[in-house]
Amino acid sequence: MNGARAITQDRPANPPGKREGGAAGLWRFLLSELKPKGSLFTPFNLVSVPIMIAAAVILYIRFTHGLSAVTNLSQEVPWGLWKGLNVVTGVAFAGGAYVVTFLVYVLGQKRYHSIVRITVLNGFLAYVFYAGALLLDLGRPLKVINPIIGNSFGVSSVLFLVAWHFMLYMMAAFLEFSPAVAEWLGLRRVRRTLAALTLGAVIFGVTLSMLHQSGLGALFLMAKGKIHPLWYSEFIPIHFFVSSVFAGLSLVIFEGTLSRRVFRARMSEEHHAHHDDIVLGLSKICAATMFAYLFLKVLDLVHGQKTGLLGTPMGQWYLVEIVGFVLVPMALFTEAVRWRSLRLAKTAAVVTMLGIVLNRLNVSIVGFRWTEQVRYVPTPYEVVVTLGVIFAEIWVLRWVINRMPVLSESPAWVREEAAQPAIAESVAA
Amino acid sequence: MNRRGFLKTLGLAGATVACPRTSGAAEPESGVEPYGILVDTTLCAGCNSCTYACAEANGLPEPEDPDAVTKPTTEQWTAIKTWKTSKGDVSVKRQCMHCVSPACHSACLTSALDKTAEGPVVWREDKCMGCRFCMVSCPFDGPKFEYSSTKPRIRKCVMCAGRLKKGEEPACVENCPEGALTFGRRGDLLRTAHKRIADQPDKYVDHIYGEREVGGTSWLYLAGVPFEELGFPTDVGETPYPELTASFLYSVPMVLTLAPALMLGMARATHRDEDETAGEAAKDGAANGGEEERS
Repeated sequence: MNGARAITQDRPANPPGKREGGAAGLWRFLLSELKPKGSLFTPFNLVSVPIMIAAAVILYIRFTHGLSAVTNLSQEVPWGLWKGLNVVTGVAFAGGAYVVTFLVYVLGQKRYHSIVRITVLNGFLAYVFYAGALLLDLGRPLKVINPIIGNSFGVSSVLFLVAWHFMLYMMAAFLEFSPAVAEWLGLRRVRRTLAALTLGAVIFGVTLSMLHQSGLGALFLMAKGKIHPLWYSEFIPIHFFVSSVFAGLSLVIFEGTLSRRVFRARMSEEHHAHHDDIVLGLSKICAATMFAYLFLKVLDLVHGQKTGLLGTPMGQWYLVEIVGFVLVPMALFTEAVRWRSLRLAKTAAVVTMLGIVLNRLNVSIVGFRWTEQVRYVPTPYEVVVTLGVIFAEIWVLRWVINRMPVLSESPAWVREEAAQPAIAESVAA
Repeated sequence: MNRRGFLKTLGLAGATVACPRTSGAAEPESGVEPYGILVDTTLCAGCNSCTYACAEANGLPEPEDPDAVTKPTTEQWTAIKTWKTSKGDVSVKRQCMHCVSPACHSACLTSALDKTAEGPVVWREDKCMGCRFCMVSCPFDGPKFEYSSTKPRIRKCVMCAGRLKKGEEPACVENCPEGALTFGRRGDLLRTAHKRIADQPDKYVDHIYGEREVGGTSWLYLAGVPFEELGFPTDVGETPYPELTASFLYSVPMVLTLAPALMLGMARATHRDEDETAGEAAKDGAANGGEEERS
């Protein structure tokens, strides 16, 4: 990723706006923006491009020869790595967007303001790519419009709710991010309109996120008996929701660390100035939600009378997840806040993220049908496609960060307008 | 947030509240007693006549070696497995159980799996998008998916729904030479089964599998040995599976109604000072950009 540093030089901002005017100007601008910025031969590109090409070839085979040509899915295990990692885990990591927008716009915690755009962008793209990865897994992907256009509403289905909430949330997240797009294109009046919609989009988005983060857990409610009792719980929707808070925030911390190395030149002063406070503030929230999560897990263990299972091999695996990847990072976060140590906070974030991957895979794959003699193990093809989807998301993320005011400051005209609302009003009218 | 924004949010929330409903999955139609099939495993000889009849009636490829197939597949919707039990070998025919309240139907986001009033649970090709959530949810592994197809279908026993409409019995029942299968109204079958148990308490265990399991199934089983010995899942409980998600689904409209209202209130409370001092523009700024902080 270090090599990407080369592409982050400040570019002369030349949005079309009103100066060039017209569709032709906009078109020329968009074409020029499509060109890569900086060296193509960075270590990240050299790793990610071959994997994405391989993933494309595998997907071609998958769509021409059926799922069995590239996956190890079976009648007993119908959901594999693409659903378990891309969709179920990927969406948990997108949780940062709703938490941070809630903090800033609903609770008025302004110190987190500088990370709103990067977090929302990350969340939005995570939904586009990871929820979108569902299409790769669908047997009849073209029929995906069925539950949307209304000719067949399965309203008693959890998946129906999750699908609708994914879709609506993508719109809300795009609306939250859209002022950045308007600033990139130099569309002043559009920006004002979009910015005015932000609070509504945030509130709607947070509500939808609460529901589909828990909804992802609710998908497994009817798999009772198929999922190991240590991971199956009637409270699994709440577990998924609460863990999405620290999953998302850990990703924000982790991603912030990478961004500071890769996109240092593009970062606004505000971003640099608040960085330490933000990381420690988020660490505090992580530690608190992880404590709540642990409490819920222990409650489930005791109330469900499952403590006897802890001695079994699966029980020990469960303890590895809960102690090693929840209790330990929770302690690390707490210590990080106490000693104001960014290093500890970042370590805790990475361990937490691993723990989330572990938890989601334990529910959807490892603990699923744990008694079967022949266990599901993903094929190398499935792994490559999963990585390809993740890399594709990072590519788009990088493309946007390098062009739009995500980490960098908004263009001067935005600040001027904000400073002189009355004048801006009359210009806009 | 201004009044217009508030109404907008409320409207959107309302629209989504209207969508999700926990409509009862498949309560038996009032007045009509659905059909069922009673399997008496003590009579089954494991001859696979039912397997051949099923293939013919449903246009499936003729089974080559049905004895080797012990679980239903996409191409063989019924399969017999012979279990070694405390009372010797027992052959058990298994297929989709056609639950009274099917998990697959409530899982399906396009209603592709449909519980008909007559009893059969059928699959509708034009609706299915191939997500396989039905397979994740089904406690009996009923639905099978054509993984090697580019236009995969869900395949499973349909209880000969087409033949039932014509007033005929399911093909397997009609072709069973041992009389191990009985077709009829589910209530009548339960009475028959209870009578058999009462008449020959030594021959049968006092349990009709499917009478209460997962809220009841259309296929009912009698056996001479406990059902654990015959590979039946005995941990599925008596609660209809759709009820496992009911409380989650009920909470959805609640959250959609209450959460936005609470959050609007919170936003209002935390932004109050700015509203009073800086007016509309500051709010727009606070809502996106927070520029007033920088300027």
